Amino acid sequence: MRLYINEINKAGNIAVDDTILVKGTPATAGSKMLENFTPLFSAEAVERLEKSGYVISGKTNVGEFGLDLLGETSYFNEKDEKLVGAAAELVKNNEVKAVLNVDLNGAPRRAAAVSGVDFIKPTYGTVSRYGIIACACSGEQIGVTAKNAEDVKEILSVIAGHDAKDGTSLPTEKYEYSLEEDVKGKKIALIKELYDMASDEVKANMDAYVASLKKLGAEVEEISLDCVKSAQTAWQILMSAETTNNLSRFDGVKYGYRTPEYKNIDELYVKSRTEAFSFLTKATIIYGSDVLAKGKYMACYDKSLRIRRIVTDKVKEVLASYDAILTPVCKETNYKSYDILESFDKVYEESVFTAVASITGLPAMVTKGVQLISDSFRESVLLSIADKVEKEEA
Amino acid sequence: MKYELVIGLETHVELSTDSKLFCSCGGHSSPKEPNDCVCPACSGMPGMLPVTNKHAIELAVKAGFMLNCKINQYTTFDKKSYYYPDLPSAYQITQWFNPVCVEGSVEIGDRKIGIKQIHVEEDAGKLVHDDATNTSFVDYNRTSVPLIEIVSKPDFRSSDEVIAYLKKLKSSLQFAGISECEEGAMRCDVNISVRPEGSDELGVRSEIKNMSSLSEIKDAIEFEKVRHVDAIERHTEMLVQETRRWDDVKRRTFPMRNKETAADYRYFPDPNLMPVIIDDEWLAEIRASMPATAEEKGKVYEEMGIAAKEAAVLASDRKLCDVFDAVVASGRNPKTVASWILTECMGIMKRFEIEDLNIAPSKLSRIIELVETNEITRAAGKKILSAVFEKDVDVDAFCEENGLNAKVDESAIVSLVEKVIAENDKAVADYKSGKTKAMQSLFGLIMKELRGTGDPAMIRKLLEEKLNA
Repeated sequence: MRLYINEINKAGNIAVDDTILVKGTPATAGSKMLENFTPLFSAEAVERLEKSGYVISGKTNVGEFGLDLLGETSYFNEKDEKLVGAAAELVKNNEVKAVLNVDLNGAPRRAAAVSGVDFIKPTYGTVSRYGIIACACSGEQIGVTAKNAEDVKEILSVIAGHDAKDGTSLPTEKYEYSLEEDVKGKKIALIKELYDMASDEVKANMDAYVASLKKLGAEVEEISLDCVKSAQTAWQILMSAETTNNLSRFDGVKYGYRTPEYKNIDELYVKSRTEAFSFLTKATIIYGSDVLAKGKYMACYDKSLRIRRIVTDKVKEVLASYDAILTPVCKETNYKSYDILESFDKVYEESVFTAVASITGLPAMVTKGVQLISDSFRESVLLSIADKVEKEEA
Repeated sequence: MKYELVIGLETHVELSTDSKLFCSCGGHSSPKEPNDCVCPACSGMPGMLPVTNKHAIELAVKAGFMLNCKINQYTTFDKKSYYYPDLPSAYQITQWFNPVCVEGSVEIGDRKIGIKQIHVEEDAGKLVHDDATNTSFVDYNRTSVPLIEIVSKPDFRSSDEVIAYLKKLKSSLQFAGISECEEGAMRCDVNISVRPEGSDELGVRSEIKNMSSLSEIKDAIEFEKVRHVDAIERHTEMLVQETRRWDDVKRRTFPMRNKETAADYRYFPDPNLMPVIIDDEWLAEIRASMPATAEEKGKVYEEMGIAAKEAAVLASDRKLCDVFDAVVASGRNPKTVASWILTECMGIMKRFEIEDLNIAPSKLSRIIELVETNEITRAAGKKILSAVFEKDVDVDAFCEENGLNAKVDESAIVSLVEKVIAENDKAVADYKSGKTKAMQSLFGLIMKELRGTGDPAMIRKLLEEKLNA
């Protein structure tokens, strides 16, 4: 597994995904399209880290535009048997304290579960998206991979807060996160539909986590959330459509890959994009173009926006009576490399576990291989639960 | 059979903002060299996010007020996707689902033209083709410059109405400071069809894209009318709904190639831009900042003692208002200033458009001052005015150099008049016997002596007095 696409400073303590811009260092997003693209500015989150004295170690390998399971579609990959995420592995191996990732379709959440580290995707709008190579602006969010809840909290506190450069950034200037909330008395909802879809190994891990929660005095109840499948499909539609639109700027005209031979502008577009994008990216673009087509817009994109509202209402209703939702974040933790032609279906299938938090913008934390979701701005609940369980077992 | 034209216009107007629509790059008038005025945002680099320029929204709302529109207080931005090298992100941010203004109208003579909507959008860049090297270059200076698109209903019935509408639109937009409407900053797509007079049905429509010259628009409409009628009556061709362009050299329209007219723009709401909420307070502020309309301005001028007809002419044009207001503000008499602007200035520039009225108000003021204080004659004043128009000369220096400032000595004129009367008994006798024409010859003799420096009105008056004494 190639961990870094570009190293910046060996003494650095924070790495960032290659979908996040660091001024002067190439940002490829794992794509041949951007192999030689060097940004003129840094992401807001990167600037905030540097201002607080953290040093960026380098750009971690990611699947092309962050669309895949764990990074397997990166143009810069070597052939791997077992699939792991580069960022999560760096943290697991103690090479850096934390990594900033873009959570587009769950890849950093799955990677954290596979490598046994923590990851948080905070409430949408709390961390600036300025300076990420955008795909699905309505749901993607910068998050933090780290070894434990304490480190996650430390880094998240630095990067969160209002940024005028991002029109969707929420107005709060600074967010305070805490690890001090009690687990005792917390009510946790286990989502039956998602639990049932997991492999036996993941189920066993979930059971162990439930036991730990109970031991710490939390109440865990199994409930049904029947909208997980609708959330999955709707997010697939919104995510693909927005990605199609955002990736259309990579056309070979201004920067990035341009095919060496072309007769006219149309050929320049078609050949450059055909030669530089991976199968998964192309499949996503074709899917995303289709759902936005004139005759399908109302039935696909517009309906998905309505589903987003309904799913959000339903999940918020659950979170009115429970402090957090508990679900698996992936079907299994031993992904083997697979035929790239299966990637579109494979990612879609797995996204059922991650789509709820993606489409609603609610905060989600992966710890010890499970996923906890809370209401907006209640990251402290997630961090406190994760911290207590981690320490309990240490 | 008689046919009538059915025309609808989509008019794109560049807004007079200081910066572009979604970034802080300079707006409409800043750039000089190609790609002088670009940043990562307006050149489509990844990682940049748009932030809405509120001033552009305000100007669009103002345009809505001017055209009697309903203002959508909840307005949103959408993405329109197509590939073209002058569009760096391969999508244009526009307003498809919730445009800022809807359902307006504007009066052209006794006809009312409906306005379907006004929406805000960003402009595209420019392609520069170099035939010598067979290369195309892109210039992103114009990329993301804010525009409004004013979409009319298909209510025009003649090319004259279209031209009158565009002229009115232009002066109104300039008047309210919404757009400078400089060369090329106002561009039209003309949707045109013909139908038998009296019919309610619409004929096959052609759209002529991207027109900016009024005379070309008129010619293109007339050309299309003939083409459509010929097609219907003489079956010269099969009319199809299509996009065409005007070729000013060949003086006719041509269909555009298919790929220049993308089929499906895949509109969807831009998730990076929150809906713009124009609350009542903001709306009231924008309304309060509207300049006086031409009618209101005209009333003010009438109160200054200017005749209604003249006041209306002055008030109809922003440029005339500006010059008039400035000269009056410098202390000149409003009635005199109005007469100088409407008679002398307009006389000189008969063959120009009003926008060519490039006279510094201070110079016009000085000329009027010199005439009013009898330092020079009105005729001399006109001479100087012409020179100012042509070569932008300095008023006092020009006066000096050309000997126009000879102070007119009234007693000298009186004695000259008396001398001429004394020396021309026959003409005086003729006059007294009722041949009033005889006065003209006496007048000519006096003017000849004065070599054109005297005030004709004053001399005529003196002469009359003396003759009738």
